[in-house]
Amino acid sequence: MPIYDTRLRRDKAYLGLCYVAVAIGLGWLAIILATLLFEGVRGISPAVFTQMTPPPGSEGGLLNAIAGSLIMTALGVALGTPLGMLAGTYMAEYGRHSKLTIVVRFINDILLSAPSIVIGLFVYEVLVVRMGHFSALAGAASLAVIVVPVIVRTTEDMLLLVPDPLREAASALGLPRAIVIGKVAYRAARAGLVTGVLLAIARISGETAPLLFTALNNQFFSTNLNAPMASLPAVIFQFALSPYKEWQQLAWTGALLITSAVLVLSVAARVLQTERRVK
Amino acid sequence: MNTMSNEQDDGIRPAAENSATAVQAMNPVQSQPAEKPIPQAVAKAAPLKQKVSIRDLKFYYGDSLALKSISLPLYAHRATAFIGPSGCGKSTLLRVLNRMYDLYPNQRAEGEVILDGVNILRREQDLNLLRARVGMVFQKPTPFPMSIHDNVAFGIKLYQRLPKAELRDRVEAALMQAALWGEVKDKLNASGLSLSGGQQQRLCIARTVALQPEVILLDEPCSALDPISTAKIEETIDDLKENYTIAIVTHNMQQAARVSEHTAFMYLGELIEFGVTAQIFTSPEKKQTQNYITGRFG
Amino acid sequence: MADHIVKAYDKELEILGRKIAEMGGIAEKMLSDAMDALVGFDTRLAQTTVDSDPRLDLLQRDIEEQAILTIARRQPMAVDLREIIATIRISGDLERIGDRAKNIAKRAIKIHSEMHIPRATIGLRSMHESAAILLKDVLDAYAQRDAERARDVWTHDADLDALEDSVFRDLLTFMMEDPRNISFCTHLLFVSKNIERIGDHATNIAETVVYVVTGETLPMDRPKGRTTLSEAPTTVV
Repeated sequence: MPIYDTRLRRDKAYLGLCYVAVAIGLGWLAIILATLLFEGVRGISPAVFTQMTPPPGSEGGLLNAIAGSLIMTALGVALGTPLGMLAGTYMAEYGRHSKLTIVVRFINDILLSAPSIVIGLFVYEVLVVRMGHFSALAGAASLAVIVVPVIVRTTEDMLLLVPDPLREAASALGLPRAIVIGKVAYRAARAGLVTGVLLAIARISGETAPLLFTALNNQFFSTNLNAPMASLPAVIFQFALSPYKEWQQLAWTGALLITSAVLVLSVAARVLQTERRVK
Repeated sequence: MNTMSNEQDDGIRPAAENSATAVQAMNPVQSQPAEKPIPQAVAKAAPLKQKVSIRDLKFYYGDSLALKSISLPLYAHRATAFIGPSGCGKSTLLRVLNRMYDLYPNQRAEGEVILDGVNILRREQDLNLLRARVGMVFQKPTPFPMSIHDNVAFGIKLYQRLPKAELRDRVEAALMQAALWGEVKDKLNASGLSLSGGQQQRLCIARTVALQPEVILLDEPCSALDPISTAKIEETIDDLKENYTIAIVTHNMQQAARVSEHTAFMYLGELIEFGVTAQIFTSPEKKQTQNYITGRFG
Repeated sequence: MADHIVKAYDKELEILGRKIAEMGGIAEKMLSDAMDALVGFDTRLAQTTVDSDPRLDLLQRDIEEQAILTIARRQPMAVDLREIIATIRISGDLERIGDRAKNIAKRAIKIHSEMHIPRATIGLRSMHESAAILLKDVLDAYAQRDAERARDVWTHDADLDALEDSVFRDLLTFMMEDPRNISFCTHLLFVSKNIERIGDHATNIAETVVYVVTGETLPMDRPKGRTTLSEAPTTVV
């Protein structure tokens, strides 16, 4: 069977190419993670979580940056999630057959892939320039702009995954539309919706560009939303480019922290999703 | 409705020859006793009450006509089976009876569906109240993602504020009626999704009867179930007839013959024959009906 | 009637119909052989008639098993259901007709040694003719699914009943003329009863045929050509 033999050989050849491609892809990832781990772990100490970012040439920590990142991320998600959920709900439930939905979905997809620096510039123009100064609020707003399209997309997708018969079954009991969505559709899509939020957090926790234009940075611990605020990505950006050894070390450690956080969020999202499927 | 009980009229009317006689058959005040003798075994002593009268019903999906002037009655406390090949419009007809089609744009119905003297197709009909009166069970079991207890209590809580104990009683009664109580009484807090397919379907029936509707629509309720679960559901349907009017769509002719008193055979959006089930399955009047139920080329 | 989508189903029904036809042929032949044997005092022919009965029993059992299998396999509906139920009923009737014919044949053997009165069998011969026509007609009606013809059989059974009455009276006369005739005539009395029963079975088959074709059941009481037999002796004697 010469044809079969040829096919077998060709199969092996393609399989080999696939392995090589995978090895290259994963290889880089492994190298990046290894470097990060190697460089970052060296700097991990209690001081990182308890002290402020130091002036050049002295020891310090990342407390103000960590706190800033947490605050702005939380605020960004808090602003973006309801907005995105409502829009996504409209698209999947009420406006499924309307033209508006198609338009919104198209624009949302553009927004989803818009470079974050553009979003940073936009918020700079709209908020920072008008207010006259950089602020955590502006930072959170720019993050929210990034969150919204992610949430819109996942909300719509997840609600569309809820089988129509379930909606019909709920309607058949005489439940009003709002309750069908709120008590049945959301509940059925819950794991997916939470996953969407987690992915959005993961997405914005590493964003640097929009924050540089909006929240800028802050040497000191601050919870004032109306003032510049430090954030991990911005600090890493600043410290990594500096000539000071201590700053560079802190940049590595900060990068490790962000990466771990993103990793944890991604894994959590994965776990949630598989749990949903098993059910 | 007692106007129907003249001499030999037992209220059961045989196959509607065409829509005209069917319409007439649904109007008990004017109609005369059945033109054809009814097999004695089927004749019931009491006259039958029409719970629902479908009159000259047309249904459109966009521009295409899916139901072509259907007229037939659903009798109270009886099961009416709808049979016919896929796409004949039997499910569509069922979805008109609780106006499920209203969920979707571009679908509309013309004609009349009279439920206890009121046309439910009229514009000002409150859909939620209608659906609470006309319950529906679907082809695939659709338990809500919540506990067994909540699945049943969900609908009740929407219409009535009951003390906890009373609510529990209502849930138990509904599960009993759906012949599921014995199997779930020890795990009411387990997820409705943890049940087997047949149990899930009976849970859906329980959820429907918990609202104490008047009419129950069953859209191929057993098509995804094994024979044992099917038998249990059929047993449930038998019990339900005492309190409810039932319309069931099924592809299983034996099932239609088993559970229903009246059968409607539909083909390509038309009602070909409506009559007493015992007659439809032993000697139908229309050739098309005969060909379909005996598995012949039509 | 259109064919079934499942070809094997048509085949099963066809085989059932063929077996009924075979049974009908055997039953007809048994009846005429038995009567020939009786009238012609032919013991050998009588014996072959008796011997062919097991074949009929076997066919009947065969048809029943086949029919039950088909019901289990196909869950027949409407006309198919009626057809299959009909084969069971008709095969039963034909089997009983065979039994009656066998009984006649047995009596033909028994009366061989008796004193013969040839004129006593004339009435029986016309009864037989009448019964044979009923049987043939009803089997044709079944083969052609002809409800009208079956209805004819159903009404004409009354003629046979009337004939039986007159045979009864004739035989009674012979017995009163000469007590030595009693044994012979009693056998003939039973033969007439047998033929009358064969007519009844033909009527049953006729009812079944009407049911197969129209789905309707004929009324419980069919036309009678005479007073009931139980009253007859008292009025005559």
